[in-house]
Amino acid sequence: MQSIVVLFIMSLVVFTMINLVGDPVDMLVNPESLPDEIERVRSDFGLDQPAHIQYIKFLQGALSGDLGNSFIFGRPALALIAERFPATLELATCALIIAIVFGLPLGIYAGLNPKSLGTRIIMGGSVLGISIPTFWLGLMMIIIFSVVLGWLPVSGRGDIGSFLGWQSSAFTLDGLSHLIMPAINLALFKIAMVIRLARAGTVEVMSLDFIKFARARGLPPENLVRFHLLPNILIPIITVLAIEFGTLIAFATVTETIFAWPGLGKLVIDAIVNLDRPIVVAYLMFVVTLFLLLNLIVDIIYAALDPRVRLNGDQQ
Amino acid sequence: MTDLLDIKKMSVSFQTEYETIDAVRNVSITLRPGEVLGIVGESGAGKSTIGNAIVNLLEPPGEITRGEILFKGQDLRNLDDKQMRDVRGKKIGMIFQDPQTSLNPLMTIGAQLIETINKTINIYGSEATNKAIELLESVGIDESEARLNLYPHQFSGGMRQRVVIALALAGNPDLIIADEPTTALDVSIQAQILDLIKRLCQERQVGVIIITHDIGVIANISDRVTVMFNGQAVESGDVKQILTNPKHEYTKSLIAAVPRGDRKVERFKSIDYIEGGAQTQRRIDLDQHWLGKKFTQHFSDTAISINNLNKKYSLKKAFLKRNRSYVHAVKDVSLSIKKGEIFGLVGESGSGKSTIARLVAGLVRTDKGSIKLFDQEVTNKSKGKDVIAARRNLQMIFQDPYSSLNARMRVQDIVSEPINYYKTASTNMEMRQIVRDLLDHVGLGSNAMLKYPHQFSGGQRQRISIARALASRPKILICDEPTSALDVSVQAHILNLLKDLQDDLGLTILFISHDLPVIRQMCDRVAVMRHGSICEIATTDSLFEKPQHEYSKHLLELMPKTDF
Repeated sequence: MQSIVVLFIMSLVVFTMINLVGDPVDMLVNPESLPDEIERVRSDFGLDQPAHIQYIKFLQGALSGDLGNSFIFGRPALALIAERFPATLELATCALIIAIVFGLPLGIYAGLNPKSLGTRIIMGGSVLGISIPTFWLGLMMIIIFSVVLGWLPVSGRGDIGSFLGWQSSAFTLDGLSHLIMPAINLALFKIAMVIRLARAGTVEVMSLDFIKFARARGLPPENLVRFHLLPNILIPIITVLAIEFGTLIAFATVTETIFAWPGLGKLVIDAIVNLDRPIVVAYLMFVVTLFLLLNLIVDIIYAALDPRVRLNGDQQ
Repeated sequence: MTDLLDIKKMSVSFQTEYETIDAVRNVSITLRPGEVLGIVGESGAGKSTIGNAIVNLLEPPGEITRGEILFKGQDLRNLDDKQMRDVRGKKIGMIFQDPQTSLNPLMTIGAQLIETINKTINIYGSEATNKAIELLESVGIDESEARLNLYPHQFSGGMRQRVVIALALAGNPDLIIADEPTTALDVSIQAQILDLIKRLCQERQVGVIIITHDIGVIANISDRVTVMFNGQAVESGDVKQILTNPKHEYTKSLIAAVPRGDRKVERFKSIDYIEGGAQTQRRIDLDQHWLGKKFTQHFSDTAISINNLNKKYSLKKAFLKRNRSYVHAVKDVSLSIKKGEIFGLVGESGSGKSTIARLVAGLVRTDKGSIKLFDQEVTNKSKGKDVIAARRNLQMIFQDPYSSLNARMRVQDIVSEPINYYKTASTNMEMRQIVRDLLDHVGLGSNAMLKYPHQFSGGQRQRISIARALASRPKILICDEPTSALDVSVQAHILNLLKDLQDDLGLTILFISHDLPVIRQMCDRVAVMRHGSICEIATTDSLFEKPQHEYSKHLLELMPKTDF
């Protein structure tokens, strides 16, 4: 219920704002066209109508799953987004996996050994990870690994393989070599974030009574970390990561542009430059829906991880 | 018989950047199998540090600087981390204070038990499950097989503490160290848990060390006792001898400060030994002073009258009425408190006594019924000037002196806030003078004015709370467990202060406590509460001499007795 209200408000805001910037017709027609030619294009796209009529038409379309046709490509905006989405999803998923695989152990290590040299290096590195701009790092990676060393391809998406009916470039060697650099580039900031969250969580949980009690029962460190520490620090980390996964998908634009990754980011940047309104609107609606979905997933995971928030009321 | 545990002249210190704190100094302890040793002392005495030092679970930077810890003839200090892990759980089990926090909230108790069984006695699979069931049964949890799949939050506090004990027993230890095992529990549960520990100790011939601040617990369960003060063991010996015939000054004053349940004394004996001599206390002349200013307004003789008071808290919200569920926190409570009376409310946790305090103070809304302060109706339906004026006559003192003071305000601002709000002082100068006098009057001294709450100890903070409550010149004070977060010696001081104030200012006090001896010492009349309703209202003496209601009798029986 709330989600529908949010979606509706968002559509209103997006539609109003986008109507304030520029005139898409200027981008669509040859500047030397005759005035009645321009008028014809304008009425073809329905842009001669007042904004509120346009909005009502948009809403009617949206309710039947049609967010309008792209001005440039002349195809449904949603279909274009759906086409590009797998590439971005793949990139974001890889980045997320990298962030968890590296961030979690490093963060826990830092939390368990607050004074060791390793911790200082990790925490220093995480500050770097947060503060280095993504675009600069992307360019540096291209220069080092592609231009100087020649190990990895500069840009684009490689061959696509299929595994269990799932199509992704992560399943071929060529695809992987294309994927690895943008994924790491995108993941770097998230690694730093996961490190900081995991460390803070570890420090907090390790000081709690049940950890002390577990140690007093003679449990070895591996049990402490695996069964007692990890599940307890995962709850806040998962909450944050789910939302961050949304931002990875929605705002991977910079990385996608640098590595010429054929994903959503590139589509949107082009659409904004060309004032291709339906695509921008459809994209923003898509992002809102994505975040709403992610929130729902977080709630479900939360209930799965934490028995205290399960609602089935199996109190004795 | 050889000693199970023999600690020889152990010292523990915490070295920080600025100073070295000697938490434990030259303490020697011995324990035989099947014996219960009590270690008693107030907060900061180093008693918990001893327990942690034995199993080497000291928080850094704490370390054992001197002495030997001989466990079955072996010095535990010489063991490395891995050997120490074999001692923990298998040879020495520990029980901690708060069963709410000592279990992992995300694991079923079965998983936690089985994990411990796997690691300590190397039994796996269905055998481990059977052992877990057996353990739960031995600590008195029935239907234990089904309960293995429950999470800690699905158990009550007492049941959780039983699970904790089962976990401590999982590795068949020879020694159990229980650090304040019943402090977080109600009296009736406390008695059960102590019985359980005592029984297990005898059945399994294990040695038990009970660390507690509560002399009543020591008197009930232990065979011998060591009294700790300021890091040193000031006295040890047979429990009967120590409690009836203490040698050391500190032990004497500690025992004297414990409120007695059996008869009423005029004032609590305060432990001046601890606070280092008498305090210089300037008291103000109330007849001349702002605080004692007489009102021209006439007050009726009934300070608080409550009629058919009801409060429900919703457990589950739902759109449809039939899907909602409630706890009936206060059920048809009626009582009246005379002016100048100290009225006690006693009951176990969840009995609704704090809810009544909150309702009377107007912190939560009443569902049904009426509350009158000096004949002025103050329930939520009535508003207006009269209600505000009536509410001004009532102030509250809360249980936890740490969270009830704003940490970012200076003491003078905290105390002057009500004066400012009600505009009862004409100038800033006058206000500051009043604050100074109030702080003097509660025994803090006026140089406290510019400090922040964290610079004070628990007892001093509670004095600040009292000064703040007095600042609106109340006629009624509600004290919700005002001393249960404090040490006995400090408790004695605070209770004496409240009594003096009540005498001097003619205050009416609604005094809420779960602690029967404290109630006995403080109150004129008492109401016993259970499940939201009042079982019995009687004068304190008649309640303690001849309780009428079954539940009152039951509570009085459970009251820990310090004499023999």
